Amino acid sequence: MQAFTQLTATVAPMDRANVDTDMIIPKQFLKSIQRSGFGPNLFDELRYLDEGQPGMDNSQRPLNPDFILNQARYQGAQILLARKNFGCGSSREHAPWALLDAGFRCVIAPSFADIFFNNCFKNGILPIVLPEAQVDQLFQEVEAQVGYQLSIDLEHQSIRTPTGTEFTFEVDGFRRYCLLNGLDDIGLTLQEADAIRAYEAQRSQVTPWLFQ
Amino acid sequence: MGGKTLYDKLWDAHLVKEREDGTALLYIDRHLLHEVTSPQAFEGLRLAGRKPWRLQANLATPDHNVPTTLQERQAGIAGIEDPISRIQVQTLDENCDAFGITEFKINDERQGIVHVVGPEQGATLPGMTLVCGDSHTATHGAFAALAHGIGTSEVEHVLATQCLIQRKMKNMLIEVTGQLQAGVTAKDIILAVIGKIGTAGGTGYAMEFAGEAIRSLSMEGRMTLCNMAIEGGARVGLVAVDETTLNYVKGRPFAPKEAHWEQAVAVWRELHSDADAHFDAHIQLDAQTIAPQVTWGTSPEMVVSVLDTVPDPAQAHDESQAKGIESALKYMGLAANQPITSIQLDRVFIGSCTNSRIEDLREAASIIRGRRVADTIKQALVVPGSGLVKRQAEAEGLHQIFIDAGFEWREPGCSMCLAMNADKLGAGEHCASTSNRNFEGRQGFGGRTHLVSPIMAAAAAIYGHFVDVRNELAQA
Repeated sequence: MQAFTQLTATVAPMDRANVDTDMIIPKQFLKSIQRSGFGPNLFDELRYLDEGQPGMDNSQRPLNPDFILNQARYQGAQILLARKNFGCGSSREHAPWALLDAGFRCVIAPSFADIFFNNCFKNGILPIVLPEAQVDQLFQEVEAQVGYQLSIDLEHQSIRTPTGTEFTFEVDGFRRYCLLNGLDDIGLTLQEADAIRAYEAQRSQVTPWLFQ
Repeated sequence: MGGKTLYDKLWDAHLVKEREDGTALLYIDRHLLHEVTSPQAFEGLRLAGRKPWRLQANLATPDHNVPTTLQERQAGIAGIEDPISRIQVQTLDENCDAFGITEFKINDERQGIVHVVGPEQGATLPGMTLVCGDSHTATHGAFAALAHGIGTSEVEHVLATQCLIQRKMKNMLIEVTGQLQAGVTAKDIILAVIGKIGTAGGTGYAMEFAGEAIRSLSMEGRMTLCNMAIEGGARVGLVAVDETTLNYVKGRPFAPKEAHWEQAVAVWRELHSDADAHFDAHIQLDAQTIAPQVTWGTSPEMVVSVLDTVPDPAQAHDESQAKGIESALKYMGLAANQPITSIQLDRVFIGSCTNSRIEDLREAASIIRGRRVADTIKQALVVPGSGLVKRQAEAEGLHQIFIDAGFEWREPGCSMCLAMNADKLGAGEHCASTSNRNFEGRQGFGGRTHLVSPIMAAAAAIYGHFVDVRNELAQA
């Protein structure tokens, strides 16, 4: 997994509450057995005017001019600014894969759905929860200034705006550690193999039917 | 010290190790797999040279992509017309064969939707921790199992370590007092709950359902209830063990037998929240006041009673809600203040991990018996949740009731719930669906989903629009 330490990048605003993972990456693209290649189909039904299918040449498809992420000013954005309950619905990890593949390394919102939030950390994407008022302020600033960028520092858990305003955010210690170091947590868990075996030995006495 | 909730008990029993930062290593007893969220996890295992930690903990079946027409199914994997879907189902077989994982393959009679198959086989047991790369894993909480959906990285983590790194959730109690009216079901309870708390109301919580109305539900009803906890934001839904649970589990293929059964029952009887347990949130509903529910919008929280009208953005609490209503009305092609019963339907879908079990089919058939699907309905589908549900329904003659009425009787799978196979809505079409999500495009590009109970869907098929199914029961 790619580490996340600091990021200064363009911000794209997605002014919509309850964005679900079906919207982030529609089901027809879940047939892939790869982890990559989902970027061109991120927000497919909003982004294009036609119905997308796997294998299409996306560069030939009609773009939806009303979809905000299609605007020239947001090209190359790596930070997505979003509204409450972002990532609700299906557990598909294809959603963070698609965001990552499209270049996004950070999503800022007032709240996230649990499974999506967790999936982000497994893929080097930092989901940041900020109070609604601060998110409102960021939406106003992003829309007011072309090329608006934010600087994010995970080590110090801070966000700096172009005018120098600083917001702080919370991240759970273990997730922060893994993200800062780009660590695969399977390897870390396997260091606890003895504890897992000891648990199994004890539990197989109490609930033997689960260990047949 | 206060007592423990059911969730607290399940959590404590599965703790391998607690870390100082509040995260914990939690042991996973059962892992269910399907073709969509597992290939990248198996690939990860291979790349790292790892093997599954405990093979017997895993059980797999293809469900999301499988075709549901008999013609396609008779040819097995080769019969899957979509080549990309075929590769994905084939990949599940290859991975399960290579690693030695038990799989109910496409034409095994035990194949079906993973959340129907687990309980049906007794692979879901009270007191377990159970995970699957699918958000509707909450279903299994109906058995007082700690069950939730995970992403593919965690599928790989569970395969490799039999554990997950977790942070404890908060406890929410949903208490449904009194008894439901005839014609009102578990589906209506959960839709009413989501309507009350919103799609993010349960975020961060394990949601336990309790109260007289819940105790009276069958296991099928409890599964429907817990299945949609995730639509209320909660990864986990739970119902305490009682005689209904034990009677359902007893004798199933993976359930404990003989001496182990007696031992298990003694342990399982403790799987309830203590009387003095602390809940961080407590929601109360009176079952008597719940009417049949219908979603009108593009989020499960956009739900009203069948007697209501479509909401008016002018009546919204705030600007953000008004915007949400307007956008949903536009997508759904509905007008504010239009009666729910005036929505004209194009298709009807009875199926999905929410409502494709034998009781769902029995109830739907009881409404349909001797009647005909309205001429205005282009397609009415019944997709049983598993091969065994299908066989049982056929043994009871239910399939004939559906076929005589003009329904198509299909092979098991997820089907039109998420339309990964050929079963889907056309753009602009309205569907009465017993599934769980009415998101934009969920059942097909531009499709318009209305979530309802199986009996509401059955009655809607006959009339071509929604009706209050309570009146149909009065006539029967």
